[in-house]
Amino acid sequence: MTSRDRAQLMKGLAFTSPWLIGFLGLTIIPCALSLYYSFCDYSVLEPPVWIGLENYRELLIDPEFYRTLRNTAYYALLTIPAGLMVSLGLALLLNAPIKGQAIYRTVIFLPSLVPAVATAMVWMWLFNARLGLINTALRTIGLETELRFTLVNRILEALNIAPLRPLPFPPAWLSDPRTAMLALALMSLWGVGHTVVIYLAGLQDIPRDLYEAAEIDGAGPVRRLFNVTLPMLSPVIFFNLVMAIIGTLQVFAIPFIMTGGGPLRATYLYTQYLYEKAFMYQQMGYASAMAWIQLLIILALTGIAFGTSRRWVHYQGR
Amino acid sequence: MKDRRLNLLLVHLALLLISAGFALPFLWMVSTSLKPLDAVAPTTLEGHSSLSLIPDPVVWTNYLDVIHNRRMDFPLYTRNTLLIAVLAVIGNTLTSALCAYGFAKIRFKGRGLLFAVMLATMMIPFPVVMVSIFSIFRWIGDHTPLQMLGTFRPLWLPAWFGSAFSIFLLRQFFLTLPDELCEAARIDGCSEAGIFFRIMLPLARPALAVVALFTFMGVWNDFLGPLVYLQRPEQFTLALGLHTFQSQHGGTQWNLLMAASVLVILPVIVLFFLTQRTFIQGIATTGMKG
Repeated sequence: MTSRDRAQLMKGLAFTSPWLIGFLGLTIIPCALSLYYSFCDYSVLEPPVWIGLENYRELLIDPEFYRTLRNTAYYALLTIPAGLMVSLGLALLLNAPIKGQAIYRTVIFLPSLVPAVATAMVWMWLFNARLGLINTALRTIGLETELRFTLVNRILEALNIAPLRPLPFPPAWLSDPRTAMLALALMSLWGVGHTVVIYLAGLQDIPRDLYEAAEIDGAGPVRRLFNVTLPMLSPVIFFNLVMAIIGTLQVFAIPFIMTGGGPLRATYLYTQYLYEKAFMYQQMGYASAMAWIQLLIILALTGIAFGTSRRWVHYQGR
Repeated sequence: MKDRRLNLLLVHLALLLISAGFALPFLWMVSTSLKPLDAVAPTTLEGHSSLSLIPDPVVWTNYLDVIHNRRMDFPLYTRNTLLIAVLAVIGNTLTSALCAYGFAKIRFKGRGLLFAVMLATMMIPFPVVMVSIFSIFRWIGDHTPLQMLGTFRPLWLPAWFGSAFSIFLLRQFFLTLPDELCEAARIDGCSEAGIFFRIMLPLARPALAVVALFTFMGVWNDFLGPLVYLQRPEQFTLALGLHTFQSQHGGTQWNLLMAASVLVILPVIVLFFLTQRTFIQGIATTGMKG
């Protein structure tokens, strides 16, 4: 290394030093510590005591661990595909050259700016079983009934599975364990604006001449969507998918505020359990083990996404 | 041609309906916030809340009731949130710009690798480091004169070490500025710090605005951070205060709760309209690294 190289290195490190120090103090050391704590009995009040794999062993037989894992998977399966498709659909609509485009874009984007706590407040009010707008409106137009699942139950009966209990309609949404998660997933669509904006930026990057060429070749709107738009947009779809996986698996604030994990723990999600273990029961070691499992799950899922991406993500000329 | 016109009409219609759906929660929130309690939550079991979007009578005093509430010190929570936000915005914008300049304009060994590592850290979920950062802050409080837990410091101090997201955003901007600009200044004998402060920072003003804006929103919206670090009600931020307000007398006074929510949302919306273009560009850039 020449002296000039060394001088450059010193300069570079000097400028990036805030992040380097933060990386050490807020990422590397905390990650290492949390890995260490995950092998310890640690209550913050007293120094950690090494207990080996005990936390992990306990986790494997902890029904709440499995429950929150299941609930989080259910939430992710409800929200990620729906969110990606709805936001893509909205972006396609908002990309059409129409009057008032800017207004539509703004209206659809605004909800994603609303702080989580305020979003929770508004939707608790809308979903309120007795007084909320949704149920009041449904009752007013006379949609009051009971879903009996007769057909489904006949099949379940034949399979010797307990039949579904009748569900009142309109349902109690957040206060019925059968619909609470559905309600949370439904309202998550209100905040897709952020993703829509990223899609729109991607759509605007697709060269016009590709569409013209496709049109000359006789491709209709559907063919153009599937053979031009979607392949060209695939890197952006992939980016949004990865972000959605990372974000959804650590969702905390909105379910915590709206249902507190209830009713009957139907919306008890992984991060809430982790938070409660750490800061309510002071089981920091146990919580750290949970955190590491969460990290591994996220890494595995994004890894799978990256692995399959070669088959469906097209980087133009790169 | 007729086909095309029909298509656009259908798009219009779809967007009109969807936009109405997206706007309805806002409208209903504002409407509820201006209604008297008995129109919102009737005391009789048969009574149902009014479906009218226009409040009658309009009860502006709901907002005063929220601001002068004994259980939720709205002005104090606003002050707390602003204090944390300002400190975080200054710290994050300044340090992220420094780092971004280093990553964009100074050629040094290992730069590419370091930058890749930085991008990768964005994938680490906050819960993974939440517990240990908490214990580090506790340790600092126990072993140095600098108190951490029970103060605002854990909420704004980390911002002074830059954030991967902001650094990335600013680096993309610095890359668009020609290298010749720096070279010329270097030949003229300008120091690296001089180039950064006197040439780069002024040019980067739009990008700095985006970062400042996002940081501000991040603090304003943050719930988990204050929940973990703030225990005494007089330290609460707006997000935490609103949550407490709801758990104490939510379920009953929906009109006040909605008025409080409107007050929490309003600054964000106003900020958005003031900076709309910058804002959208900022978000769009994040998708471009794909």
